[in-house]
Amino acid sequence: MSTSTHSGSNRIPGAGRLTPAKTVRFTFDGQSLTGLEGDTLASALLANGIHLVGRSFKYHRPRGILSAGSEEPNALVDIERDKSRKQPNVRATVQEIYDGLKVKSQNRWPSLTFDVGAINDVFSPMLPAGFYYKTFMWPKFAWKTIYEPKIRAAAGLGVVPDEPDTDRYSNRFAHCDLLVVGAGAAGLTAALSAASTGASVIICDEQAEPGGALRYESDVIIDGLPGFEWAVAAIEKLRAMDNVTVLTRTTAFGYYAQNFVGLVERISDHLSNPVSDMPRERLWQIRATKVVLATGAIERQMVFANNDRPGVMLASAARIFLNQYGVAIGRKVGVYTSNDSAYAAAIDLKRAGIDVPVIVDTRDNPTPAVVDAARSLDIEVLTGHAVFSAGGKRRVSSISIQPTRGGSERKVAVDALIMSGGWTPSVHLFSQSRGKVAWDAANERFLPGTYAQECVSIGACNGTDGLQATLDEAFAAGGGKGKAIVATGGTNWIGGMIGSAPGAGADTTVKAFVDFQNDVTAKDVRLAVREGMHSIEHVKRFTTNGMATDQGKTSNLHGLAIAAEALNRPIPAVGLTTFRAPFTPVTFGAIVNHARHDLFDPTRRTPIHGWHQTQGAAFEDVGQWKRAWYYPQAGEDMHTAVNRECVAVRNQAGIFDASTLGKIEVVGPDSAKFLELLYTNPWEKLGVGRLRYGIMLREDGFIYDDGVVGRLAEDRFHVTTTTGGAPRVMHHMEDYLQTEFPHLDVWLTSTTEQWAVIAVQGPKAREIIAPLVEGIDMSNEAMPHMSVREGTICGVPTRLFRMSFTGETGYEINVPSDYGRAVWEAVYERGKPLGLTPYGTEAMHILRAEKGYIIVGQDTDGTVTPQDAGLTWAIGKNKTDYVGIRGLLRRDLVANGRKQLVGLKTVDPTTVLEEGAQIVANPNQPVPMTMIGHVTSSYWSENCGRSIALALVIDGSKRLGETLYVPMPNGVIEVEVTSTVFFDEKGERLNG
Amino acid sequence: MVEIVQATRRHPLQAGQLDVASVSVTLADNATRVSLRAKDNTVSALSKALGITLPMKPKTSASNGGRAALWLGPDEWLIIDDADSGVIADLAKVKVLHSAVDISHRNVGIIVAGKGAAAVVNGGCPQDLSLKAFPVGAASRTVLGKIEIVLWRTGEDAFRVECWRSFSNYAYAFLQESARDVAI
Repeated sequence: MSTSTHSGSNRIPGAGRLTPAKTVRFTFDGQSLTGLEGDTLASALLANGIHLVGRSFKYHRPRGILSAGSEEPNALVDIERDKSRKQPNVRATVQEIYDGLKVKSQNRWPSLTFDVGAINDVFSPMLPAGFYYKTFMWPKFAWKTIYEPKIRAAAGLGVVPDEPDTDRYSNRFAHCDLLVVGAGAAGLTAALSAASTGASVIICDEQAEPGGALRYESDVIIDGLPGFEWAVAAIEKLRAMDNVTVLTRTTAFGYYAQNFVGLVERISDHLSNPVSDMPRERLWQIRATKVVLATGAIERQMVFANNDRPGVMLASAARIFLNQYGVAIGRKVGVYTSNDSAYAAAIDLKRAGIDVPVIVDTRDNPTPAVVDAARSLDIEVLTGHAVFSAGGKRRVSSISIQPTRGGSERKVAVDALIMSGGWTPSVHLFSQSRGKVAWDAANERFLPGTYAQECVSIGACNGTDGLQATLDEAFAAGGGKGKAIVATGGTNWIGGMIGSAPGAGADTTVKAFVDFQNDVTAKDVRLAVREGMHSIEHVKRFTTNGMATDQGKTSNLHGLAIAAEALNRPIPAVGLTTFRAPFTPVTFGAIVNHARHDLFDPTRRTPIHGWHQTQGAAFEDVGQWKRAWYYPQAGEDMHTAVNRECVAVRNQAGIFDASTLGKIEVVGPDSAKFLELLYTNPWEKLGVGRLRYGIMLREDGFIYDDGVVGRLAEDRFHVTTTTGGAPRVMHHMEDYLQTEFPHLDVWLTSTTEQWAVIAVQGPKAREIIAPLVEGIDMSNEAMPHMSVREGTICGVPTRLFRMSFTGETGYEINVPSDYGRAVWEAVYERGKPLGLTPYGTEAMHILRAEKGYIIVGQDTDGTVTPQDAGLTWAIGKNKTDYVGIRGLLRRDLVANGRKQLVGLKTVDPTTVLEEGAQIVANPNQPVPMTMIGHVTSSYWSENCGRSIALALVIDGSKRLGETLYVPMPNGVIEVEVTSTVFFDEKGERLNG
Repeated sequence: MVEIVQATRRHPLQAGQLDVASVSVTLADNATRVSLRAKDNTVSALSKALGITLPMKPKTSASNGGRAALWLGPDEWLIIDDADSGVIADLAKVKVLHSAVDISHRNVGIIVAGKGAAAVVNGGCPQDLSLKAFPVGAASRTVLGKIEIVLWRTGEDAFRVECWRSFSNYAYAFLQESARDVAI
């Protein structure tokens, strides 16, 4: 707190509810100002006599503060806590001030009072609605090179922060019996009523204080208390109840299916020094059995010339600034209205000692009671009159008044003007819930009509007029027993006008603003109609009315009425645009909430990951997994490291972390039958302790996944899948089991993460492992290639697979995951003196390519059959059924001309082809050439001393020995078609 | 002759300190876990062998001493017991048709306990965790943020979160982050 007690010259002693001693220092465009704790930025600026807050979007007109709530279209500012925490387009009427708050105005250069862009206002006749669509049509090339870049540079409000946001954001899911949106008289009553029945209730309100309109209504008595005092007591009572959650500063922004409502709670935006763990905002995702909408009504402006001048504001806003914040918006305040509610504002201002020279009412015969009340306070009331224009530029200085039917003009000096065009029920959330609004012709407003969800609207948003009627309706909505509380006073929400006020002038050049934020005037809407826009959807897009960040909360109905008048059609026939989420802008931070940094996406690491790190491994991302890619030693680049790893595996042995392989335990007496149906291979006769490589197809006959399957017992199989395929293969199998083969007694359990898998491959593999293994005879005779045994290694249980993805003698040691690291380290220590070398996924890819082993997803692409891949041997010849068997018989799958997997050797052995490169038969044909295939895998093979590649080529198996060509930007590469096996063609090394 | 060094267990997570007093997020002790699958007609024999009446209703569990059975599906239970328990041996003796698969190392357990524990879990789990909808003993396969978990309420203010091993660092970090928010 600062020591100054001066909180603005327009602060009225005794008015409002803030504490004069609790001052707060803040800056606006570098100017140091003082406000009071509880002030919004808007009230604090007004207290200091500042009305000019920003410049408008298109014409750069000076703009002030229109409202006192979230509907604010004008007073948008930039808030900066520090470099990384900047927020553009903050509504001054929503932002609360705190000590040290730094505020900058937007859309002006070089300064707010002198703005070069305001030249647009002078040239505005050249910038009518829709000018984008016409002006920038010609010449055509200029759009990309000139118009768009210039427009983009000039357009937009505020400046996007250029550093990552350092604030925290959080999320909470919640359920309740009743969600009440809005804590005004209606919402509080509904919540109290429901809470008394024991129901679980969540009540939210976008304001810091409860009460809604009770915050400014000076004549309300509820249950014997002044309105606002009752609201504070009510919210305290609700807070104290275990079955109620009260969320203030919380906006219900989205109403989705099945009563799922999104809320954003602003937690620290109003605090000077938020504690470090405190999130800036919390997203609430609430599933409510029933939703009560008590969202109130939004006051409309009057549409007349220069109604955007700073100092011209909504009547209800002036009342809030006075009754809540103790701030006079001016010393001489004119009133322009078309309904009763502004009279109450005029009377409040007058009673606070503010000069109210005149109330201008467009109606010929206003309600006598309100007119008498005003006149009794010596306020002049002009009925049947209109304000034709507001004078002044950076602040309103006068109003020009004429009788609505014409007559002599009178000018009245003012320093502020309050206005009321009437009240628009806030049906935004109702509309978002897919409810259909209905037109209330008598009162010219849209009200909730047909409900689509378990939801009820109460109070002003439901068109319910009168406080007692509202409370009765609210009490019933809450389901409480007994009677509603008694109330008197309150605002009359009925009446007013929509569209241009008299004298806003048809076809004049005046700027009578309908949409302040997008600078849309009444004549723009009329122009849209003249240009042929007959639906409000077209008018909206032509003029951009209602398309700014305020989504037309004050402008939609006016725009609609002006269009309807110009079209000479009734308003419902012109239509109302559907309201969409969010009700007010929501930060990306709130939507993303916890999902940042490490929590953006899970990073999966194997049990042996830490060891790879200690060895300086480079990692590659495989789905969410981190896999060791290669292990560079001092001075090695990737190429050198990978070559060394590949050679070591073939000459001594390599150790490889295969833990990410998918694993599924298939258990039950029908396991073999089930696998017969899921794989092309036969399984019934696979002996216990034996392994088989299996191919899995989709129904259409194309390869879906592959892997080695081991039979542990008659009724138990250990299935492996590709790393990337693990989840979908599990789902594929479970899907078929449940829908096609439910008669089989078999169950599937994912064991991917139960087992760490250590592959040891190479001529010395057995010599390295055998001494660590107990209970298994590892001799070649007792445990040949493609067998599995259970025993122990390093004293812990293992499923030891003898298998190979390298073409060498090899083992895959499965141990329970928590033992993975220790067993790996023991094997490595044992093997190191024998030349055992860790190798990563890159070497693994090369070693398998040397042997022509495919990788599903690399050498296949979802259109490759086992025959295409050269895997006909893996199809059980005598099988009568399996998934894909009928697909394989399709005519186009057995026809000639299919792409088949072959090997490619470049004529120049040092040339390594690019994966994905296209292959042609004749490189001299004209472009575009006929492409007959493409390279799927390509590497330098240190073991072969040359490059090797796999490719899918049309009729490839008939082309062995042919020369084909790979055209590349730097010339054509000549290749020979070969077998897919480049190393140890006879496969003798597997059985070493 | 090579001397065989007994391999030691290594938990995937390092216990971290959470600077929040009201609610704790800690690592559960090592446990034996079995994925048990069986049809209705074998439930009584399996219940007898386990010493627990296998629960048959969604979102329920049953426990006896340190051993618990969580209903995960119409034919599926997650059995959790102490690390040195004989639960796998007990099931091996049962002759009726069933599938028991050891998943002790597949899962990691995280305990959320203290004031606001439900809100901590609700930071990423969309289920209704009121005591009415999710009473003590309730269990469910569900989600936490972007991962799948099994959630088990062990007390009014205590939950056990079970997730797969490689997702445990995500789950642990997520719950700690959420705990900081709840403790505000």
